[in-house]
Amino acid sequence: MSTTAVPDVAVAPVDEGFWTRTRKTGAVLLALGVLAAVLFGALATGQQARFTLSETEGGAALEINGTVGAILFGVIAAAAGAALLAGVPKRWFTLTLGVGLVAFVLSFLCWQVSAAPEGRNFMPLVNIVRGTFILALPLIFGALAGVLCERTGVVNVAIEGQLLMGAFSGALFGSISGSVWVGLVAAAIGGAFISLLLAVFAIRYLVDQVVMGIVLNLLAVGVTGFLYERLMQTDAQKYNSAPRFGNWEIPLLKDIPVIGPALFRGNIFLYLGLLLVLVIHIALFRTRWGLRTRSVGEHPTAADTVGVKVLGLRYRNVIMAGMVAGIGGASYTLALYSFTKNMIGGKGFIALAALIFGRWSPTGALLAALFFGFADQLATYLGAIGSSIPSQFLAMLPYLATILAVAGLVGRVRAPAADGKPYIKG
Amino acid sequence: MEPGEIHALLGENGAGKSTLMNVLYGLYQPDEGEILVDGKPLKLRGPSDAIAAGIGMVHQHFMLVPVFTVAENVMLGAEQVKGGIAGFLDRRRARREVAEVSERYNLRVDPDATVEDLPVGIQQRVEIVKALTRDVDLLILDEPTAVLTPQETEELLTVMRSLKAAGKSIVFITHKLGEVKAIADRITVIRRGKTVGTASPTASRDELAALMVGRSVRLTVEKQPGTPGKPILEVSGLVVDDDRQIRAVDGVDLTVHAGEVLGIAGVQGNGQTELIEAIMGLRPVLAGTVTLDGQAVHGWSTKKVLHAGVGYVPEDRSVDGLVKEFSVAENLVLDIYDRPPFGRGLSLKPDAIAKSAKERIEQFDIRTSSADAAVSTLSGGNQQKVIVARELSRPLKLLIAAQPTRGVDVGSIEFIHSRVIRERDIGTAVMVVSSELDEVIGLADRIAVMYRGRIIGIVGPNTPREEIGLLMAGITPDTAAGAGSAAPAGGAATTAGSTSGTAGEPGAAAPAPEGPGNEDEA
Repeated sequence: MSTTAVPDVAVAPVDEGFWTRTRKTGAVLLALGVLAAVLFGALATGQQARFTLSETEGGAALEINGTVGAILFGVIAAAAGAALLAGVPKRWFTLTLGVGLVAFVLSFLCWQVSAAPEGRNFMPLVNIVRGTFILALPLIFGALAGVLCERTGVVNVAIEGQLLMGAFSGALFGSISGSVWVGLVAAAIGGAFISLLLAVFAIRYLVDQVVMGIVLNLLAVGVTGFLYERLMQTDAQKYNSAPRFGNWEIPLLKDIPVIGPALFRGNIFLYLGLLLVLVIHIALFRTRWGLRTRSVGEHPTAADTVGVKVLGLRYRNVIMAGMVAGIGGASYTLALYSFTKNMIGGKGFIALAALIFGRWSPTGALLAALFFGFADQLATYLGAIGSSIPSQFLAMLPYLATILAVAGLVGRVRAPAADGKPYIKG
Repeated sequence: MEPGEIHALLGENGAGKSTLMNVLYGLYQPDEGEILVDGKPLKLRGPSDAIAAGIGMVHQHFMLVPVFTVAENVMLGAEQVKGGIAGFLDRRRARREVAEVSERYNLRVDPDATVEDLPVGIQQRVEIVKALTRDVDLLILDEPTAVLTPQETEELLTVMRSLKAAGKSIVFITHKLGEVKAIADRITVIRRGKTVGTASPTASRDELAALMVGRSVRLTVEKQPGTPGKPILEVSGLVVDDDRQIRAVDGVDLTVHAGEVLGIAGVQGNGQTELIEAIMGLRPVLAGTVTLDGQAVHGWSTKKVLHAGVGYVPEDRSVDGLVKEFSVAENLVLDIYDRPPFGRGLSLKPDAIAKSAKERIEQFDIRTSSADAAVSTLSGGNQQKVIVARELSRPLKLLIAAQPTRGVDVGSIEFIHSRVIRERDIGTAVMVVSSELDEVIGLADRIAVMYRGRIIGIVGPNTPREEIGLLMAGITPDTAAGAGSAAPAGGAATTAGSTSGTAGEPGAAAPAPEGPGNEDEA
């Protein structure tokens, strides 16, 4: 019996010519590296650039002469670019690119740190790492909410609203009950409430999901803003002074240099966020629930014909997404600040960008969120050392990266095939 | 149904075959009546009930998740899990199951291949494997051969025979008479939602066709030999890429003369679509020329090409041919809405449009409740007639018809074919592209076979099917030298076995009489 029954109809791929995607990336990296070595090298001073392993100027530090460092790391970045241009094996691509980009950033930092005024010409790595994670945290929760929703075929533009509602109800019920745990549960329910509305209108009434998401964001801003003014501001002591989760130190791990103080002396939200990334990633790709979720997001009719309950699964996942985002919102009000009007301030939309940048995968979303968080933290840091670069320029970086990602310049980005398409039986 | 029986369900499009089977599979709920399995009434609330009752179905449009592997697709909905409540997938077991089933029924598939990378014929196999791993006793195949090459169809029939030998019952839905006669044990004919008769496979094709449409139809296209005139369409050295920037048409030369039908045969995806789209100005021409009646037209906009006297029946009517939400009348003037008498300046002339619609509905026998009904409410055959009516209502130099009768009932096929031939007889150059070999053979005066973006051979209409089938698989008489084109069964198998995997099993590649739709009478 023949086995290769069909003449393989695929036509041979056209020769892409010399300029493959790898080579283009390499060329760009090479140019960046050369630019860094020349420009940053010239601008850097001969002062030492200190990267301290603590939160202060003192203590152990990594030091390098500013000019030397800027040129050295620039050359490394250029070399990585040249390697890509010359052609490295495919599995080395990501690593080489990563090394190149990190070296470029280091070259930049050598210039900035060495050029900073005396007394401020050091970079406390603990602060940078910790700040990156703190700023990334709402993005991590938000992007995970996006993953849960969109992998199952419902576009979640309402992340912002879910975060905000979570932050609000966490603050309100945490204050009234005086318990952080009650606040946490209330935050999850608050986020779930917004996503339940999304689910009902998107799945049951087939309303356009993007439009619905935007409306829900406005609704969340309106409702929480109203209650903030009418309730919280009248008696802030009673309604807007939620207890806060303290920091939990993890034995042994907390003593690792840099990482220990930055990561393992954090609050519950930090641990929960990282744990959720891991759990959702494994669940999505290794379990029955994950297989069914992905099938519903890709080809709901196929899932239906093998007995998967498409609509039920969508409801469940969308509501779960709301709970995750709600907890993310509480990472503000049950750990850092009291509630203020519209306090999420667009982080939900950046989370959406992180979701896309991370290609709809939980670990990808984590990396994207950390990248955005780092850019944000760097902007703050450069402001503090009185850098000549406007902080707005750095704050712009995440969005620029997202546009490049969505335009398909950083590999192919492919959304779940049925994302945003309502499923109508029959 | 009885165990180990192949039961063919025959009917025109829209006769209710697929609906019936969807009810049987639990996708639709019956308004009345009941289903009996082993004498007991069965209530199906959803596909899972059907699967539990031992009913499996291979849908016309495959129900496979393209980005999943074969094993993932097979296990979806019936996952083997470990780790208790967490439900971790047991992939090893799923792979083993796929391997076992494909071994047992001779349906070899690679469990780790990603479905979207597989050819259609293999995807169908995955569907069958998927059903078999669920231990079904009754397998419903909904129009399984619509997307297959003649060779793949032969293989499918072989698979069906081996399933039958293993005691599985099969319901085989189709509107192709040849296949039914080749494989079925019993035939039920459905028309307009009612059983109109049962027949044995020894019934003649004409009898079956008459049952299907309720009157007798001609199955062969009646036509006089063509009288080719001057060349109208000349394509030379044409190179075109597909949407993925992959070369799809790789240096095609062809000529279509006035008053002849050039048929283009080939397995889908060998560049036919891109060739036509390039001629129509829908796709950039990378190299080569296209001339229409002596005038170079490559690089022209589609509108200009249409106005130069080209009629175009696109291959996918629901995507490219019609605006489904528009009325029949509006769809009938899509190409000339901006010209008198239908429009002037910025305004349309609804009266003129309505009047012409009425005429053409009558002329082309379009069955619709009214000219104002949305075209989506029409059956597939009548939608296709709307397109044909629109395209043939202007004076043409060239008619390009791609898959003109795909998914169309026998009555409409007959009608459309006769209109195409009439167009030829008034001196229009006609190019017909079809994956239905019978259609190409029936209509064409010359047949060009496309394979991997090239015209691999041009033959006359009286060439044996087997020879064209081999060309479609990329085997020219030269490469098959020694085997000889006159010995299709044995000879072809030896050469084809290695190159294309044509059914190499004795009997599977049996000559003409079993080929779908080749015999004129029983």
